[in-house]
Amino acid sequence: MSEATLFGLCGAALVGLGLYGLICHPGALRKILAFNLIGSGVFLLFGIVARRGAASGFGGDPVPQALVITGLVVAFAATALAVALVLRLAQTSGRTGLDPERPGQPEGTRRTES
Amino acid sequence: MSLTAPVDLGLALLLLGLAVWVIAASATYRAAEGFIAYGLVLALVWVRLGSVDVALTEAALGSGLTGLLLLRAAARLPPADPAERARPAKGVRVLAGLLCAVVTAGLAAVVLLLPEPAPTLAPAAAASLPATGVGNPVTGVLLAYRAVDTLGESIVLVLALIGLWSLAPDAAWGGRPGALTTAPAGSALRFLAQVLPPFGILVGIHLLWVGADHPGGKFQGATVLAAMWVLVIIAGLRRPPPVTSRATRWLVVVGSLIFVGIGAAGIWLAEAFLAYPDGLAKPLILAIEAALTLSVAVILGLLLAGPPEAERPTERRS
Repeated sequence: MSEATLFGLCGAALVGLGLYGLICHPGALRKILAFNLIGSGVFLLFGIVARRGAASGFGGDPVPQALVITGLVVAFAATALAVALVLRLAQTSGRTGLDPERPGQPEGTRRTES
Repeated sequence: MSLTAPVDLGLALLLLGLAVWVIAASATYRAAEGFIAYGLVLALVWVRLGSVDVALTEAALGSGLTGLLLLRAAARLPPADPAERARPAKGVRVLAGLLCAVVTAGLAAVVLLLPEPAPTLAPAAAASLPATGVGNPVTGVLLAYRAVDTLGESIVLVLALIGLWSLAPDAAWGGRPGALTTAPAGSALRFLAQVLPPFGILVGIHLLWVGADHPGGKFQGATVLAAMWVLVIIAGLRRPPPVTSRATRWLVVVGSLIFVGIGAAGIWLAEAFLAYPDGLAKPLILAIEAALTLSVAVILGLLLAGPPEAERPTERRS
């Protein structure tokens, strides 16, 4: 098995793992972490496409590589925005999850820093 | 079977193990720590795949800055009460597991059935690379063939920062971002923040400069510069600028503005938006990269610093 196939299967497993965490974790921050796992799995799939496209003296096809770099930067920006949303949610409602059925702690008693 | 096969297998197992840890860890901050280690192993995997540019980005941005962001968030979030910590019912978990197994199996099938010979744009990229004057094909793709993607990305970063700032409570508007300055720093951290930045800034500029011909580039360089700035802020040596600071806002948009300006000039000088005139490609690419590095570094630092907070540093420790 070539390294491209091996890490491609790895990327497929990462997407599945991340998806499971995204569905099953109640905490919003854990969902963000899981979503980042899905993202890195998808990037890895791009990586093996790049690796298989090695030609003309390059170690890999530069186009998917450039797309992954762009994707990493955008993923970071999206993560920063998502984290800020979660922190704001906790600040205003005391909740750390996304389930609207469960009321948060009252404003005065919560701890905002641990 | 070559000598590197066991190394690859070990890397893959380590990567999957850390991913399981990120999902299964009981405490959020442990999951975030696991994510940092995961990112570093993933960077090694990218090196094995021959994508050193991506490996640098993954190590600096995917592991370092994202890990810092998640760790700070885990420390600031109130502990989840038991009602919120409850996982879904067992049946739901089994169903979710099945769904995820199906998704993984589907993707694995795609990986195993990829067309042979693999389609590639590498020859096309190599053919026109001399015209751009840069030697690193990834930089060539980012700033010449697919410059419009990079332009869009630089604007997305500005929009993300606007979105982040807009989460500030009304009373805090005009204040300084406070997510990075929650606790007084120890003397060791302050010392590190005084010693490391000169070297870090050199490394960042070096990454930008060599990115034209070797692995590296503006995003990697900007990430290192942003990390140095964040280190200085965390150590309490400098405070992040208030969000109303006009100079900061100019720094945030200058990269995109120069990119759009040079792109628009291409309409008259080279007959297409974002096209470079003959012979001027390399200097123009370098100008865009330098301006973008500055803007991206400032934006990454501000994204980490969070939305502005009211000027009451003791309030959050009550």
